[in-house]
Amino acid sequence: MNLTVEEQEIYDGKDGETLAKVMRTVVSYGDLFGAKRFVPLDKPVHLVTSFGVSMLKPLYEIMDELIESGLKAKMPFTVDPRPLDNNLGDNLVERLVFNLVYGKQKQYESQLMAVGIKDSKAFSCACYMPEVGNVPEKGDILAWSESSAVVYANSVIGARSNRTSAIIDLFCGILGKTPEFGLLTDEGRKADWLIEVKTHSLPPAQVLGSTIGIKVKDEVPFIRGLDRLLTGLSEVQINDYLKDMGAAAASSGAVGLYHVEGITPEVKEQGEKLLKKGAGKYVIDDNEIENTKDAYPVLWRNKAGKPDLCFIGCPHLSLRQLDGWTEALYNSLRQKGLSKLRVKTVLTAAPDVIEKFRQNEEKYAKLKATGALLSTTCALMVMTNPLYKRKKVITNSNKLRTYTTARYYNDNEMLNLLTE
Amino acid sequence: MIVFKGRPVISGNYKGECLVSHHGMNMLATFKKSILTRSKKAVCMDQDNPDLYKKTISDKIICLPMTIGSTTGGIVIQTAADLGIMPPVLLFSEYIDPLASAGVLVTDIWSGKKIITIDNLGKDFLDVVKDGMTLEVKEDGTVKVLDV
Repeated sequence: MNLTVEEQEIYDGKDGETLAKVMRTVVSYGDLFGAKRFVPLDKPVHLVTSFGVSMLKPLYEIMDELIESGLKAKMPFTVDPRPLDNNLGDNLVERLVFNLVYGKQKQYESQLMAVGIKDSKAFSCACYMPEVGNVPEKGDILAWSESSAVVYANSVIGARSNRTSAIIDLFCGILGKTPEFGLLTDEGRKADWLIEVKTHSLPPAQVLGSTIGIKVKDEVPFIRGLDRLLTGLSEVQINDYLKDMGAAAASSGAVGLYHVEGITPEVKEQGEKLLKKGAGKYVIDDNEIENTKDAYPVLWRNKAGKPDLCFIGCPHLSLRQLDGWTEALYNSLRQKGLSKLRVKTVLTAAPDVIEKFRQNEEKYAKLKATGALLSTTCALMVMTNPLYKRKKVITNSNKLRTYTTARYYNDNEMLNLLTE
Repeated sequence: MIVFKGRPVISGNYKGECLVSHHGMNMLATFKKSILTRSKKAVCMDQDNPDLYKKTISDKIICLPMTIGSTTGGIVIQTAADLGIMPPVLLFSEYIDPLASAGVLVTDIWSGKKIITIDNLGKDFLDVVKDGMTLEVKEDGTVKVLDV
């Protein structure tokens, strides 16, 4: 990388050894990807590492070193969800295990405060929700790391972030800049694949995203035919669909950006010019969607019987999705003459989103009436508790399915299971 | 013997047995259980990676196209190295991805431990290497496949 005089001085240690190590790490990182220069960040960073897992000793040592050197991010930042929620009804043994696994949570949150987190509510994977407030604009340069947030910011908003790795995100926040390469460049945002969606109806967002991720891995898809299937949905509904599709593509593959013809901002401006010459072609039809879903393994020890627990909200639900699930669960119970959900169900969303949801007393009362629980936690981190392996957990999230023993069901299947 | 030449990301010399993943390797899914249970060896628990699933990887050279999945991948690599269960060598057929590169760089610069890493060995590399083959890795990015 070509460094400015000021950057070179930091690299050489003029402002201390720790900042020099921060700079050397990020420069080495940029060099590997052919970055020629740094570009300034337009918005705060968003960190993926929100969890005080006892075993992450090297991370805490780096944080201590940064704090001892007086370093903090130039803009107050957001972080992924907290891993724990004491209101989920876990038994004593489960709580003991949680406290063992996340034994450094309090200490780590103190470290996050010291290096510049926005506030005590800034914990959500969906930091781009208006209620949360880390909302980029089209063209903004970012250094985010939460994969579902990166793919949303790049694709739906048209901001520019690489899938920054944990800790590099914070280093970029401290420097206030990031190496220019990959998805930060016009060339890096061009599509390697033309994906033609030829299903007869709108496929489940999570399964479509998963199918795309498995095929394109870390490359950029240009998706054709989806706009036709999304016709009639509001902009917010489309954004929610794309949020879940992107998260699935990012966890089944490593997709950091996709373009949807007729919908996402860069396609609206550039059209087919976004497609690279010689881009691969791939058709997704009803069979492909079914094949992807059928290939999801069921990892429950005992595959028969009623589920023990349901998680909805990975990535965190938007306010509209929270409203939508409340209505769906409440109405389905009423139609079937039931009073409570048949499976313990946890809906997860950002602290600020839940706060706003609770302000609507009628909606909140409806959700409470179903017996569903609201939580700000991360289902994926909750399920790191080995005791949860014994539970038959169901989810509508491909990301949660990928990383845990949770079993995937589509939204409609889920609704039936919860209210049958 | 067949020789491949790649780009040294973290240089070093090593000779040992390899395991081959033709799928992107998801570091979080691979190491999560081993890290949380403080295991003395790493067994791959990535259910979506049939090449490595349930195999002990901590003492093997890993040949792979790229790493995929959660962006915690870098910190997972550093933690696995800290616990002494990280494979000693990563050999990428493609250019290294941001997650793996952060992991091996931070491990080198902040923890003072080297995970020998070579990338851009070419797609043929993964067609030639097979589980159990002995590879000799050189600091200039040369990889000798000794069993063919």
